[in-house]
Amino acid sequence: MSVTQAEITEFEEQADRWFAENKPANPGFILPETFMEVGTDQQFEFLRNWQQKVYENGYVGMSWPKEFGGLGMDQVFQDIATKAMAKHRVPFLPNTIGLNWAGPLILAMGSQEEKSRYIKGILSAEDIWCQGFSEPDHGSDLGSAQCKAVKDGDEYVINGSKIWTSLGSYAKYMILIARTSTDGPNKYAGLSFFLAPMQTEGIEPRPIKKLTGEYGFCQTFFNDARIPASCMIGGEGEGWKVAMATLMFERGAAGGQAGGLAMMDLSIDDVVELARRAKRNGKPAIEDPRVREELVDLITEARGNSHMAARDKVPALATDWPTAISMSGKLRSSELKRRMCQFALSLQGANGARYVSSDAVDGGLWQRSYLNAFSGTIGGGTSQIQHNIIGERVLGLPKG
Amino acid sequence: MATIEFSEEQTMLMETAVDFCRKQSPIERVRAQIEQPQSVDPAVWQEMVNLGWTGITVPEQYGGLGLSLADAVPIAESMGRHLMGSPFVSTTLATQALISSGGEALRERWLPQIAAGTPASMALTEEDGNWNLTEIGSFATLQGDQLSLTAKKCFVQDAPDAGVIVVSANVDGRARLIAIAADQLPPGALTRETVIDETRRSYTLEVDALALPVAQLLEGADFAAIERAALLLLSAEMSGGLSGVLHVIIDYLTTRKQFDQYIGSYQSLKHPTVQILLSLEACRSHLYRAATCMAQGNATELEAALRMAKAQGSEAFAFAGDRAVQFHGGFGFTYECDAQLFLRRALWCQYQFGDAAYHRNLLAPLLLDD
Repeated sequence: MSVTQAEITEFEEQADRWFAENKPANPGFILPETFMEVGTDQQFEFLRNWQQKVYENGYVGMSWPKEFGGLGMDQVFQDIATKAMAKHRVPFLPNTIGLNWAGPLILAMGSQEEKSRYIKGILSAEDIWCQGFSEPDHGSDLGSAQCKAVKDGDEYVINGSKIWTSLGSYAKYMILIARTSTDGPNKYAGLSFFLAPMQTEGIEPRPIKKLTGEYGFCQTFFNDARIPASCMIGGEGEGWKVAMATLMFERGAAGGQAGGLAMMDLSIDDVVELARRAKRNGKPAIEDPRVREELVDLITEARGNSHMAARDKVPALATDWPTAISMSGKLRSSELKRRMCQFALSLQGANGARYVSSDAVDGGLWQRSYLNAFSGTIGGGTSQIQHNIIGERVLGLPKG
Repeated sequence: MATIEFSEEQTMLMETAVDFCRKQSPIERVRAQIEQPQSVDPAVWQEMVNLGWTGITVPEQYGGLGLSLADAVPIAESMGRHLMGSPFVSTTLATQALISSGGEALRERWLPQIAAGTPASMALTEEDGNWNLTEIGSFATLQGDQLSLTAKKCFVQDAPDAGVIVVSANVDGRARLIAIAADQLPPGALTRETVIDETRRSYTLEVDALALPVAQLLEGADFAAIERAALLLLSAEMSGGLSGVLHVIIDYLTTRKQFDQYIGSYQSLKHPTVQILLSLEACRSHLYRAATCMAQGNATELEAALRMAKAQGSEAFAFAGDRAVQFHGGFGFTYECDAQLFLRRALWCQYQFGDAAYHRNLLAPLLLDD
């Protein structure tokens, strides 16, 4: 399937026009920046309707197979549409786990029947997905999961709890890792992977209040919850392998995602723009030599990340550690975002100490973003664990 | 999005260079060469000449390959990877000066010789260590068709081997460039310097009222082009060096045991090693983005791309060298440990043509002011 430059140009114009004309008006309440921060029903409904509209107009899931609800088009068109969303700063698509992790996983490993059942609902946001990986006692150490799944006839009985389930209260399905055995040769061998229906008796998501003071995710309790055995994906005891495949999608190391804007991201350009407006000691912050040096450093880092993505497409320019760039994507981008938001407070003089309110600079956006930035540096494996993973899997250093 | 281009020709050049430097510059040879008067074994230099490297950017009409300076990047990078000393970088810089600023006569005189293997060098920096290439104290006065040059220049690489040295000096209040032939230098004009990177052969060039024909004054004085070339090649050497020192660190972390554990299993060593890896990935990406801009003649982005490459690379390589010494513990404190070779190289590269702070200062107006 070859795509002509004329088709590309035509679609670029079409997507650009559509998002310019259809960008939702300001809803009159503060919107979250990522799916991990959806705290009210009002926010959720707004974002779900938006994803539905984007899907109905053919701007998400464009490269997914037609028979399951996609458009079967070349990836290049989805990338153009996603870029147009970012350019017009439209709201993000809230079904992130479905679109980018569970969906590609089902397309890669699922049966025909599973693809027919799940894929379309993921794209239209009719079926919201959440993730049940982390547990209260085992944050980044996924292999030690203790939540139990015991087979009973054609069902599994789940007991235990999962934490950090973003969108837990709204989700129809959960990608769930649970322990089906404790006898295996190692802790990984006893894990299995389920596509669990959330509307099951005995599954109860309870919202957790975040460090920002808002709600955004749940702790999900399982109390003799019975789910059909057919919900398992991969075989019994193969859950670790499936989870690793999922994490490759989550960390952006494997392609196949539905695409679409996943977050309303603040970029370094926004920080530079803030530095022009914000005042330190009566003068624009951008005139302060220390501010300038830090901004230059942040821009250099941001461009370095984007150049890494470009270089990763040139196999001849891989280093002796060719997986380094793809394996470190989440670590690099989340740490840069945290540092950027933290720095943005220092541009505001004494107003750096304000919080979400009309008196704060940009309504307190930067303060809230800084506190929320930890979701990136902690979620999906903390930055510290990422260092271990990269050290061991990319550099071949021994495990501790 | 900003892309990175790398042609098949460049890929082939890189494969040759990687292979050549690995074979010709194992670490024992690097150490043995430190004791020798020259920065490279003359036989190895001849092989580099045979590969066409001294003429890589020399236009075809002067007997070179006529490639872009971006094509010299994989070569400088591979040499940096193996701490290979040689007049390659200084020769390529002098070539750039002659191409960008020399007139036809000077090009005809020197470029064919350089392509055929005569090393060349640049004399830009002075005793005060100022990185601004046009703020200089050396000067030449014009008397008829003669120049009288009074200069004291530092960090002139491989000067005794150079057939021609391009020297900067003020002429009528403007910074200009003068090409001096080796046989025009009076005895005693060159003194060996003691520098931190022992693979280098660095000299002070000092002349007092040296008479030279005015024809040796370069027509142009494109110091910006010379700086761009220097930043690109130094960044390439740093990228290679960073990769080399990371190998040294990993070898030790995966073979040395303390308290019954390989030391690489300790997170206090593992995590900074990952930081070094990510800084290498960034360094190499900035480098090849800058090379792409140069090859494409993308003047809008080139200066910023080069200064970013030099600023980021300088800091990253120096940090990696510093940690490499520390991670080797007691052995790291000895001359025997290879970590010091890389640390010394990193410090050399950092303080040639501007350190990280210098370039960030120059980046600020490029990036922040409209």
